[in-house]
Order: sequence, then structure tokens, then C-alpha cells
Amino acid sequence: MSTTLELLQLDFVRDALIAGGVLALLAGLLGPLIVGRGMAFAVHGTSELSFAGGAGALLLFGAGAVGWGALVGAVLVALVFGALGLAAHERDSVIGVLLSFGLGLGVLFQSLYTGRSANKFGLLVGQIVGIDTGDLISLAITGLVVVGVLALTYRPLLFASLDPTMAAARGVPVRALSVAFAVLLGATTALGVQIVGALLVLSLLITPAAAAARVTASPLLATVLAVLFAEVAVLGGIVLSLAPGLPISPFVAGIAFVTYLICRAVGSVRTRRRASRTVVPPGPDATSTSSQSALANQSPRPRS
Amino acid sequence: MNPAVELSGAELRRGPRTLWSGLDLQVRPGEFIAVLGPNGSGKTTLLQVLLGLLDLSAGSVAIHGSPPRRGNPTVGYIPQQRALDPLTPLRGRDLVGLGLDGHRWGPGFRGRTRRRERVAEALAQVDALEYSDAPVGSLSGGEQQRLRVAQALVGDPTLLLADEPLLSLDLARQRTVVDLVDRRRREHDTAVVFVTHELNPVLPVVDRILYLVEGKFRIGTPAEVMTSENLSELYRTEVEVVRVRDRILVVGAEDSPVHHHDEPVEVGAR
Repeated sequence: MSTTLELLQLDFVRDALIAGGVLALLAGLLGPLIVGRGMAFAVHGTSELSFAGGAGALLLFGAGAVGWGALVGAVLVALVFGALGLAAHERDSVIGVLLSFGLGLGVLFQSLYTGRSANKFGLLVGQIVGIDTGDLISLAITGLVVVGVLALTYRPLLFASLDPTMAAARGVPVRALSVAFAVLLGATTALGVQIVGALLVLSLLITPAAAAARVTASPLLATVLAVLFAEVAVLGGIVLSLAPGLPISPFVAGIAFVTYLICRAVGSVRTRRRASRTVVPPGPDATSTSSQSALANQSPRPRS
Repeated sequence: MNPAVELSGAELRRGPRTLWSGLDLQVRPGEFIAVLGPNGSGKTTLLQVLLGLLDLSAGSVAIHGSPPRRGNPTVGYIPQQRALDPLTPLRGRDLVGLGLDGHRWGPGFRGRTRRRERVAEALAQVDALEYSDAPVGSLSGGEQQRLRVAQALVGDPTLLLADEPLLSLDLARQRTVVDLVDRRRREHDTAVVFVTHELNPVLPVVDRILYLVEGKFRIGTPAEVMTSENLSELYRTEVEVVRVRDRILVVGAEDSPVHHHDEPVEVGAR
């Protein structure tokens, strides 16, 4: 405990907490939309390609370029996923194809890299202690851009994500928003890859939002809860990882998972209670059946 | 007052196919028009033109005297009932609220109170206040379709477009949706263009019918349009129209709109 307190005084730990806080905010804001769009697998694919981009940049340009490499990899592949739209079947297989390819590339780049091994390992499992002031600035800029774009496009984005047919009929540019969302997702994933690592980005972008979706159907409350859960997971994970000197990702993933289990339990208790309370009343729907509709039930249905 | 919809000499081509041409139609405020026809006859496409999502190949179209445009708040739209995912993170009131301002940019912090009132009014119009806080995915198909009607009404439309809103609903639920739409147009003089596969559920309330078959069409009251002679001409085959009590049955036309379907049929998607 005392070790943890001492470690918390250190500058790099403070920087790590700020970086984690910003990442968790973005993850919580985007999470409900990702879950609503059914894009969990796409996030995983994006993070692997981001890993490949980061590893490639590390190999070619050194540790300073990792952030840019991760961003380029993530945004490029997110654009592909965004352009695929919401047709789930095709999307899943394309993601699988790109994901495995990206992972293979990343592993190749890492094997060829001969520098510090911490640099290599960090992209997969997270390396928050490596954050420096320059990273914090680019993190802050990314954060501001993502939050700003979200604020401007939130309603159409929510509409297009959850109710695409209706949104299209109302003139919402569903396709363009899909691409815009992919860019936001790519930028956030790239940050996540550098902080919690490619393997566990999902624990921040998906788990908190999936947990929130279990306990509320209000989009606003779901977003607030997702941000809260993500913050608890990241900040808690960083603090807990300090004393044992372990990577932060298992702690982040562990906290997020526990949150999810609790929310699932709460959600299912509530659903059961609601179900036992509602005895289906014979409303106007059921009683208005006229002789005319009764007749229609009997009319033979021609088959072609 | 301008007609709610005015089509003159309207033509729509899709690739080499002409879906319909020379279409002249005026829909008065408060009028209920049913659009009938077999699959692929361009019924849904007509709605897309009125929604401003598609341009005519020839002729002109006006909604209340101006060209159609995307996101026009005076035009409400009821889609086909498709079950929403059980985990869709929306409550009934959120779904209806999206119909009001889901297409607007910006954070939308202003006018929250007024927004809440309007959503509640729309929910009340379809008697859905009771379950407006429940997750939409937990509701039955009939309840979801009531919310769809509220979602279309919340913008206070003067023109209501409905695209097969009765499909996959049982007869009692079909009646509820038709009654809600009918009540709306009587109380608010909202014009209704109602695309349907089945005539009989709307027969008691319909003013005129637009019957489209392979590029040809008839417009008129049910009595004028629904004759053996007319439909035989449209379908280019022997078709008999029979009246049984207050229902109209069409015999001989494949895929005709007045048989009762109790399973969902994909319409106009080809």
C-alpha cells in the first residue's frame, strides 16, 4: 500500500493517470455507439491493425513514431470497416481476414525489431509508464477532436447507429456517418493500443458499454455509466499495477469484467421482476378483432 | 391551400426499367390514399421520391407546393415493422425523440423541455405512454409499431407516408395501426399515402387507391379502381374482383394485394 502511495507521487505515474483518464472518457463516449452498431469485432480488428502500424513504425522509424504508426494503421482499417456499412455477414468475414493479416504483419515487424524489448511488448499488453509529455499533448488533441466531432454529430450518429432504416428515410447521411464514426473509432483505438495494448482495447471500448447496456436503455445514462465504468477500470488498473510492477492491462480487463458481471446480474434481476409484475392485460388490441378479420383468417391463401 | 402531394407527368426509371410514367396525382390535406400493387411495381420507390431520397426521371413532384427534401419535418414516415434488437439501448421515448430531432446536427442542449413535451404528446396520441420507459427491444411487435407511429407523428406532419406498416402484424394490431393513422388524419387534416400489400385492413378508411402494376396504374375510389375489368387490364390476364361482405377479394392475380398474408414478404426490394 505504502509503495503504491509513493509511486503515485511520481511524474510518470501522474502522466499515466491523465492519459488513462482521457482514454477512458473517449472509450466511454464511443462505447454505447459501438455496442449499438454491433461493432465489437471491428474494434478488435482495428486494434490489431493499429498494432501492426505501431510495430511497423517502431521498426522503420524508432520508438518516437509508434503513436503515428498506430494511428495510421487504425484509421486506415477503420475506414475500410466503416465503408462496409452495417451489413453484418460480409463485415464479419472481412474483419477476420484483415485482423489475422494485421496480426501477422505486426508479429513480423516485432521479430525484425532489435531494440528494447519493452517497446515491442508494450503495443500488445500496454505500456502506460512510457507516456511522456509529447504523448500527452497529442492525446489531448485527439481527445478534443473526438469529443468535438461527437458533440456535433451525436444525434444523427445515434439515429443512424440504432435505427438505420428510419434514419435514412429522414435524410440522415448514414453512409457518411459510418465513415466518420470509423475515423473517431480508429483514433481512439490507436490511443488505446498505446496505453492498454492491442489485446485488451476491447476491455475499454466494449466492456464498460456492454455493462451499462445491461442496466439501462437510456442512451444518455448508458453513456454516463460507460464513461464511469471505463474510468474506474483504467484508473483503478493503473493504481493496482504499480506495486506489483505488472502490466496494467490484466487489472484493467479484470475490473471491467467484474463491472460487467455485476451489471448483468442487476439487469437480469430487474428483467425478471418486470416480467413477473406485468400480467398482459387484454388491451384494445386484443378485443378489436371484428367479424371481418375473423373471416380473413379463414380465407385460403394462394401459393404460387 | 396547396395539395399535400402533387405529382404531374411523373416518371421513374431504374436502369432500363420504367417503374411508372405519366403519373398525375394530387393528394388533398386529410386524404387517405392507399398505394397497391405487386412486388417491384415501384410503391416503395414512390415514397422515396416523396421523402426526397430519389429524384424523378421526368415530370415534377411537390410537397405542399415545394420540392421534396430530405428530413422535411412536415413529412412523417412509418416503416415496415422489423423487430428491434432486444439489447437496443433505447427506450420508447428515445425512439420517438429520434423521429423529432435525430436528423439534426449539434448537441441539442436547447429546448429539452419542449422536446420532452412533444415526445410525450406523440406517445399519448398512440396510447404508448405506459411503456415509454421500457427498452424498445423488450416490447412486442405491436407495441413497437405503435412507437413507430408516434415517431412519425412527433414532428407534427401534414403528410404521413407509410411503407407496409402492417406487414408481419396480426389482424388486431393491423387494425390498431390503421385506426391510429385514420384518427390522426381526421383530427389534424394530415394527408396519408399508405403503401400496403393488403387492401382490406385499410378499406374502411381509404379515400382513393393508386394501383400500380408494371408501369401502368389506376387512380380512384375503391369502387372505381377495384373492378374485374380494371385489374384484368392492369395484370394483362383474367382477374376477377369479388366482394364478400365488406371485403374485396382478387382472384387470379398472382401476388395481388388483397389476399391475407400472415408471413412477412419483402416488398419492392428487388
